[in-house]
Amino acid sequence: MSLIKRSEDRLFMAFVYAFLILVFLVTFYPFWNILVLSLNSADDAVRGGLYLWPRSFSLQSYQEILKDQEILTGIKVTLMRTAIGAPLTVLVISLLAFALSKKDLVGNKLISLFFIFTMYFGGGLIPYYMILKSVHLIDTFAVYIFPNLMNVFFVIIVRSFMQELPAEVEESAKIDGANDFQIYARVVLPICLPVLVTIGLFSAINQWNSWFDSYVFTYKSDLKTLQAVLVKILNQYQTQEFTSSSGQLADSAKRMAVSSETIRMAATMVATLPIVLVYPFLQRYFVKGMTLGAVKS
Amino acid sequence: MEASLEKPSSPAITASRRTGKWKKMKQQKILYLMVLPAFLCTLIFAYGPMFGLYMAFTNYSPGGGSFFGSFFHSEFVGTQWFRYFFENGDFYKIMRNTLAQSLLSLLIGFPAPILLALLINEVGGGLFKRFVQTVSYLPHFISWVIAANIIVTLLSSQGAINELLMALHLIDKPIQFLQNGHAFWGIIAVSNTWKDMGFNAIIYLAAIAGINPELYEAARVDGASRWRQMWNVTLPSLKPTIVILSILAVGNVLNAGFDQQYLLQNTTVLDYSDVIDTYTYRYGLQNGMFSYGAAVGLFKSVIAFILVVAVNAWSRKVNQQSLY
Repeated sequence: MSLIKRSEDRLFMAFVYAFLILVFLVTFYPFWNILVLSLNSADDAVRGGLYLWPRSFSLQSYQEILKDQEILTGIKVTLMRTAIGAPLTVLVISLLAFALSKKDLVGNKLISLFFIFTMYFGGGLIPYYMILKSVHLIDTFAVYIFPNLMNVFFVIIVRSFMQELPAEVEESAKIDGANDFQIYARVVLPICLPVLVTIGLFSAINQWNSWFDSYVFTYKSDLKTLQAVLVKILNQYQTQEFTSSSGQLADSAKRMAVSSETIRMAATMVATLPIVLVYPFLQRYFVKGMTLGAVKS
Repeated sequence: MEASLEKPSSPAITASRRTGKWKKMKQQKILYLMVLPAFLCTLIFAYGPMFGLYMAFTNYSPGGGSFFGSFFHSEFVGTQWFRYFFENGDFYKIMRNTLAQSLLSLLIGFPAPILLALLINEVGGGLFKRFVQTVSYLPHFISWVIAANIIVTLLSSQGAINELLMALHLIDKPIQFLQNGHAFWGIIAVSNTWKDMGFNAIIYLAAIAGINPELYEAARVDGASRWRQMWNVTLPSLKPTIVILSILAVGNVLNAGFDQQYLLQNTTVLDYSDVIDTYTYRYGLQNGMFSYGAAVGLFKSVIAFILVVAVNAWSRKVNQQSLY
């Protein structure tokens, strides 16, 4: 009996491991494929068949990127919007969360409703564009910052964290005559550092990944972010793939297409790398944040 | 006694309460200042567009003057743009594509994280588990721009997927995946699943972590194999979570996405790829039919709002029932 059970368990576990390894491959391989293509010399990549390992290793594509003005500007703008946008978002959100964590704030319910309603209803893209236009944010760097300062979901997470703090934390500061802002800045913020870092990293990732605002709301080439440049490269590639598949491309043109192809892969890797470096550190917090969010909604 | 004291019986008491409230609000003025930045952002960027929806009922043209100011000299056309949307034949196609992509994504993408969580739970707390789980989140954190770049590479005629299918002799010549309209819904559903499966498994893993270990103890005493324990203990314990999340998914059914369709589509597959949000963008901004775009957007917002409210009420009811 127990012998049968054990072999049944062994079979089951074999299936479990096989499935999880499959999940790992399916998730990981696409990134690996891009890395391999980006590290292969462009001339050699024309022959195709690059799947597991670079055939002729070369950093040429990355060197090309470092010479490409459009991509360099894109990286600079993206770094700037991330470095400016994320801390400001944390500031605005933590201020609001602190105020709303005070249950005796007159009108707390009404104020909360004002913010929560926006999670359920929105005006849609066209009036949003018109608003951006009428406050003169179109084609400015500020369009990356101001519209992204608020996030109701983040506020809920930070507020719950603040509400869970023991009351004594603030009592002694109050006795010393500190006002609400001093309590916020000197007492509550330092304690909330872990959750604020999490929110900060999340908004940094959002800023880094955001492409639509740059693609649609800006025109100047020195305002285009890395993601927006990547969209442009992607569109060019799709047109090429389309014409080459209908056999309209000469060999030389094909060669050009493939060399721009390895550059596309290198640019994709450059946009991916910061995320890969940062996201494992978020793990500890987003598990908590997500369960919390689910309970609240 | 106390209840009667609580009730504001005379005007004098009401008035003194009101002044008490004012006094308190004055004391709290720093707190209101702290609300202010978020309030202004939300007022301008969330409520501004809501009031701007009035343009859906006009023949809006961005002439001189401010956005709201131009409402006064824009021609009021009532529900003309809504009727135009329902009658011009696009409505059916757009709704079909939106619902099909949404539902197909749910069909694959909803069970996948449940299965993943169940199986990850079986391998204990070792390095292997941490590694697989961490890697499985990665696609969630990259932008759709990166994901689309990866997907078109994998699906290209020289890409890894065609090469694999050829090596297995399943096909003789490469398939043009992204130029085939009939494949588009499937590509979106699989891409969505690839991107969010690992991240969505988190919530199930959290629920699994809360299961009483004594249940497994009892199952083992009864001689249940690991497979039986998973099937008869873990899975039933996930039922409340599954019910709630599936109800919430229904509320989200009109949000088929924008990024993935916009970035993966091309003119050959437009009949199958176009969803509400890409349609709104193309007509409203690219073709400059501002009022029409706003009307289609408003249609979507209203239906989505009704769905979410209905679904929230429903989930509250289910929640209560499952408590008893």
